[in-house]
Amino acid sequence: MKLLKNIALSDTGFVFNPGTGDSFSVNPIGLSILKDLQEGKSEEAIRNRVIEDYQTDKETIEKDLYDFLKMIEQFNLTDYHE
Amino acid sequence: MKKQIYERPLIHRINTGMMNKFGTKTEYAPVSHIDGLAVKDLIKEYGSPLFVLSEDTIRNTYREAVRAFKTRYPKIQFAWSYKTNYINAVCNIFHQEGSWAEVVSGFEYQKAINNGVPGPKIIFNGPDKSDDDLRRAITNNSPIHIDHLDELYRLTELAEEMNKRPNVAIRVNMDTGIYPMWDRFGFNYENGQAWDAINKIILGNRLELIGVHCHIGTFMLSPQAYATAAYKLSDLALGIKKKFGKTIHYIDMGGGFASKNTLKGSFLPGADTTPTIDQFAESITTALLNAGFTEKDLPLLVLETGRALIDEAGYLLGSVIANKRLSDGRRATIMDFGVNILFTSFWYDHKISPAQEFSSYTEDTVMYGPLCMNIDVVRSHITLPPLKKEDHVVVHTVGAYNMTQWMQFIAMRPAVVLIGTDGKSHLIRNKETIENIESSEVMPDFLKKHALASGILK
Repeated sequence: MKLLKNIALSDTGFVFNPGTGDSFSVNPIGLSILKDLQEGKSEEAIRNRVIEDYQTDKETIEKDLYDFLKMIEQFNLTDYHE
Repeated sequence: MKKQIYERPLIHRINTGMMNKFGTKTEYAPVSHIDGLAVKDLIKEYGSPLFVLSEDTIRNTYREAVRAFKTRYPKIQFAWSYKTNYINAVCNIFHQEGSWAEVVSGFEYQKAINNGVPGPKIIFNGPDKSDDDLRRAITNNSPIHIDHLDELYRLTELAEEMNKRPNVAIRVNMDTGIYPMWDRFGFNYENGQAWDAINKIILGNRLELIGVHCHIGTFMLSPQAYATAAYKLSDLALGIKKKFGKTIHYIDMGGGFASKNTLKGSFLPGADTTPTIDQFAESITTALLNAGFTEKDLPLLVLETGRALIDEAGYLLGSVIANKRLSDGRRATIMDFGVNILFTSFWYDHKISPAQEFSSYTEDTVMYGPLCMNIDVVRSHITLPPLKKEDHVVVHTVGAYNMTQWMQFIAMRPAVVLIGTDGKSHLIRNKETIENIESSEVMPDFLKKHALASGILK
């Protein structure tokens, strides 16, 4: 899954889609995942990175990441062509 | 490098132009302790969910209410409304504070007797009183509040049969300017039914009319309605004095004062809209003092306040069972308590706080209970931090009606704990067990066996 190329991410967690005019707010961990996606990281790589950085376990991040990725897909922030 | 504290990733769309002028209320200020005891320790000791009552809050609220009325009117008596919360420990706190009992069934009457309340201090209300209930109340000299003519006639027969003169009051309903008008309890004031009943009682000369009573509504947000009711009851009492020369001992204003809960559909939170107890006291006592009683005939003012005295003292502690995402993208959180034990969630948007620290990021959430029933919605919309499985929450202002109207439906009812003024937790009602439930069931012999006993699926 990849983020649309034109999505603007600010360090304060403000997300802007210039294509639709929609804006979003994310928490710090959500922002770090969006940045990972922008860099083209795979889901597995994101999971491992989060486990490395945060006090969590594989099962928790697996279900939370699944939910988060579904949400950004639903918000039309992902690129279907890639 | 030290790992950061984990919180699940959140994203939400920013909508503009949809807020009301007060913004939305976010309940992320954690409530980790109740009266100095940690929520997680209480749950560890007594299980989850768990009802918790604060003795301190009950006593302080009661004393505040007594102060509000006593400073304005010389003769005051509270009678604890058993149906609001009839756990014996709760009733006894009120009785220790000097409150009588107000009961509405034979079952509640027996509870009051078991709690050691003397008969003359048990006010017997309600539309359903059996002959046995009435006989017992007559024997104990309890004030019986007559609800309908059938009861009046039956009571007269029983008085003759027992050769006693029961103490009675009549229940009066009336237009107090509020909608909907409650006209199901007692006799109507405006159409003359109340006067007819009074004439029948006094001229019948078998019953001793000692009071007049009303119960004008529930969760009342208008103190003025009580002033109207107090004026109309005073008019009856003064009319009785004028026509029969008889002094009415008490005027009972019933219950109905609102608590600080927020009714569903309210624009503002309950804490901002509910009148204070002083406002109710001011309305009622001013009407009584100005009604025209002489100092000698000033009636005792009886109050059957329930909800406003206990609601804020009650908390429900619960835990998260699971999180899920609904088809429209909304977050849903499933709790281990639902409408089965939090009956008042049908009426209120209860304030719910997390019981542990969170960041300031929140999500719009639908809060469901654990029942396999579509109606089991605790809050249809609440803004909460990202709760995860086994996190705890505190539901506020649940002391009234939940511990009496709860249902043993699908799951069993939880324990109730009182945090005493000694700062310790005391179990006041055990968690229900399957043995409690099944002890009332009877299995006929012909149904004792069935072919599924082998337990093998074929």
